[in-house]
Amino acid sequence: MRRLFSPRTLLMALYLVFLAAPLLWMLSMSFKPNVEILETRALFPQTFTLENYTEIFTQPAWRESFVNSLIYVAMNVVITLIVAIPAAYAFSRYTFRGDRHLFFWLLTNRMAPGAVFLLPFFQLYSNIGLFDTHLAVALAHTLFSVPLAIWILEGFMSGIPMEIDETAYVDGYSFPRFFYRIFMPLIGPGIGVAAFFSFLFSWVELLFARTLTSTAAKPIVVQLSRSLGAEGWDWGVIAAAGVLMIVPGALLIYFVRDYLAKGFALGRV
Amino acid sequence: MARIELSGVSHRYGNDEWAVRNVNVIWEDGVASALLGPSGSGKTTVLDIISGLLRPTEGRVLVDGRDVTGMNARERNVAQVFQFPVMYETLNVFDNLAFPLRNQKMPEAEVRQRVEATAEMMGLTGLLRQNAHKLGAAEQQRVSLARGIVRKDISAVLLDEPLTVIDPQAKWHLRRQLKALHERTGITMIYVTHDQHEALTFADRVTVMNLGSVVQTGTPTELHDRPHRPFIGYFIGTPGMNLLDAQAGESGVSVGPLTVPYGADVTKRLTGRDALQLGIRPEYVEASPQPLDSGAEASVEDVDTTGHSLIVHARLGEEALKVTMDEAASVVRGDTLWIRFPVEHVNLYSEGERIEVDA
Amino acid sequence: MKRVDQRAWLFLIPALLVLSLNAFIPLMTVVNYSVQDILPGLGAVWVGFDNFENVLRDRSFQGALGRQLGFSALILLIQVPLGVLVALGMPKKGWQATAALVTIGLPLLIPWNVVGIIWRVFTRSDIGILPFLFDRIGYTYNIANSQVDAYWTVVLMDVWHWTPLIALLAYSGLNAIPDAFYQAARIDGATRWRTFWVVTLPRLRNVLTIGILLRFMDSFRIYIEISLLTGGGPGRTTAFVSDLLVNRAVGGFEFGYAAALSLIYFFIIIVISYLFFLVLTNVGTSGQAQGGDA
Repeated sequence: MRRLFSPRTLLMALYLVFLAAPLLWMLSMSFKPNVEILETRALFPQTFTLENYTEIFTQPAWRESFVNSLIYVAMNVVITLIVAIPAAYAFSRYTFRGDRHLFFWLLTNRMAPGAVFLLPFFQLYSNIGLFDTHLAVALAHTLFSVPLAIWILEGFMSGIPMEIDETAYVDGYSFPRFFYRIFMPLIGPGIGVAAFFSFLFSWVELLFARTLTSTAAKPIVVQLSRSLGAEGWDWGVIAAAGVLMIVPGALLIYFVRDYLAKGFALGRV
Repeated sequence: MARIELSGVSHRYGNDEWAVRNVNVIWEDGVASALLGPSGSGKTTVLDIISGLLRPTEGRVLVDGRDVTGMNARERNVAQVFQFPVMYETLNVFDNLAFPLRNQKMPEAEVRQRVEATAEMMGLTGLLRQNAHKLGAAEQQRVSLARGIVRKDISAVLLDEPLTVIDPQAKWHLRRQLKALHERTGITMIYVTHDQHEALTFADRVTVMNLGSVVQTGTPTELHDRPHRPFIGYFIGTPGMNLLDAQAGESGVSVGPLTVPYGADVTKRLTGRDALQLGIRPEYVEASPQPLDSGAEASVEDVDTTGHSLIVHARLGEEALKVTMDEAASVVRGDTLWIRFPVEHVNLYSEGERIEVDA
Repeated sequence: MKRVDQRAWLFLIPALLVLSLNAFIPLMTVVNYSVQDILPGLGAVWVGFDNFENVLRDRSFQGALGRQLGFSALILLIQVPLGVLVALGMPKKGWQATAALVTIGLPLLIPWNVVGIIWRVFTRSDIGILPFLFDRIGYTYNIANSQVDAYWTVVLMDVWHWTPLIALLAYSGLNAIPDAFYQAARIDGATRWRTFWVVTLPRLRNVLTIGILLRFMDSFRIYIEISLLTGGGPGRTTAFVSDLLVNRAVGGFEFGYAAALSLIYFFIIIVISYLFFLVLTNVGTSGQAQGGDA
């Protein structure tokens, strides 16, 4: 009884309503034709339609851009992990000159304000011939994802006692073998969480994705912003795209749920 | 100071297996006790039930005769020390110790007095102004312990494997401090551990648990010399007790060629019993290269050395047993050894339970 | 104990390479632009710190900066406690935990432009549900005309969008706290509130540090959602520094000014973040939280 009406449950319920409202609205918008969206104000579609979804699934532009986004986000996650895991290991196991400052510098890369920096990025990637490629966006996004991944991984790694490293050496493991067979499985949850957050920020990023691509690697976020027709925004299609964009992320949350739930304390900063 | 009793206590977590089954134990006021058992034996559950962190599914908890089963941990006024140091990291040592007292709204002057007294007793006076998280593990456990006893009229101190994360050198010191603390304050102490050495050196009375039930309660000597179950024989002592299949005959109990003499009244009781086993500790087995009266020959199959004694693996008839011998004894594989079991050190078991015999 | 070894830098080489590519070169380019002025027909001319001075003296900038600071402070004050509260309320085990995790994480997965658009529809006077609800309680809500409405809607949108980040981080942090700490607090007779302060919050310090830093950085640079929701209006109420930046860089072709503004902007973010970083990593520990653990 007490649990049902406690302030805590009430607050949670309120928050969930708050959280769900725009989402439900978006969901309902995705099933309405544009005309209805602009004219009425009902939660349930009066004219239920699948035309928005059909457009997305049939138009190659949408399909391709969805795939493009998936590709560069996946590439970003892979590159980020490859680069961040050794770096995090260094922070976690060793003290070296300038380590705290380096750590903070890594984070500053995430702080650059968009607009003006976009032009140099455009020039840079054009000059090295990577304009309009998935790799370009994946690399550009590492600016944001690597610092965060290092931070998260370092936290997990710090939770693994150094005795394990030492025991492995005593047992005759070479460093690569130790790292690959013993250490990595232990930080599995950390890798999962880092991958999740890298995915998250890369999937929804617009500015760099837009600047560095034009047609071949056009991401879905750009496709969304192009949905400006003669009558204004293609609301219904945008809503449907929004709904569909949630799906990969939701799946990823589902897969890393145990890691998130198991808990991480992010070690020491 | 309190007499703690568990009456008919059983507990299960949710719909899982019963973690604790029908436990009936009395811890007398002021006694230093140990709760010993392997992992999963239910000892931490029992401890949590005593302290009030857990409410038992069945049974009652009594303190000085009063039923406290419904009382929560705070009300029971017990102290609990955990496997790893539990500190309030943002507070210094003084504030850590003062924490329980301030929660009781004790006047600050009194708080200070009690904290300083407790710190002095635990040798923490110099550390009072230090930040808690800067201390080493052993010191942190001492602070945890001090925080437990800082309150007035504590009924008992409960320790859940408190030396787990402590370095080996520091372990010894901390154990001595615990013992000293007990001697000085006379508080009832219950020490949970899976390490039989810790249990036997700390406690005056030991309760052994296995698979959720209490197997035996007694003094360390009783448990060592006269365990009620073979399991306890194995568990306590290094090396564990020898358990040998035995037969009851007219003149006594035999293991292969060796017979331990018993009177007719005893042998009559024993004949017909299933699965008779004879238990004797390696250190009580008499062994000699020279023939022994009423002894029997055994062949030496292997010899280990522990540094200050020899452990001889011998074969008596079809049974294998271990004998502890002095380092100086020159025994090697292939030798013949004469073996005798002094009747006062023999334990007889039938179907896993000890048989009482008047030697 | 960590080992002291300068060779640890070797492990960092991949990361440094990747980041340097992305960080230094564009940065140098922007610095280059910031000390020059591009005159039509005449090319680039060195102007030293003129651009920087212009920015700092500019009323629009000062106004935007002030509004920005206010906005960031406000959303931090709301999102961090709210996120922690939500995390405390989330179930820890079972299917409910999974459902909660996925649901709460959803706002984070929506592209930022879609967030702006959704809230736009949500708040339009003609078709939005928010004005409708307000109307029911007697308040005339108008995002286009009312400064108060616009500002608070923007805040609300950001809270909706980003509180889940804090909530997810805090949730993980909470689950990492061993039960024994709560048990000890119970035995010591601590109230729930007190337990929260001495046990829970200190142990959440690390996840909250990263959460606060991330939120500060991102909120300080927020652009697209607001641009789609209010366009910066009414007037300049919801125009923060990014908005000014985009206007000058894209709209006005004042690239030197924009570059200088960018650098000043960047610098401010770094300084404030560093302050946060120092404070948060030293809170309650009076010194480095490194080494010496059992």
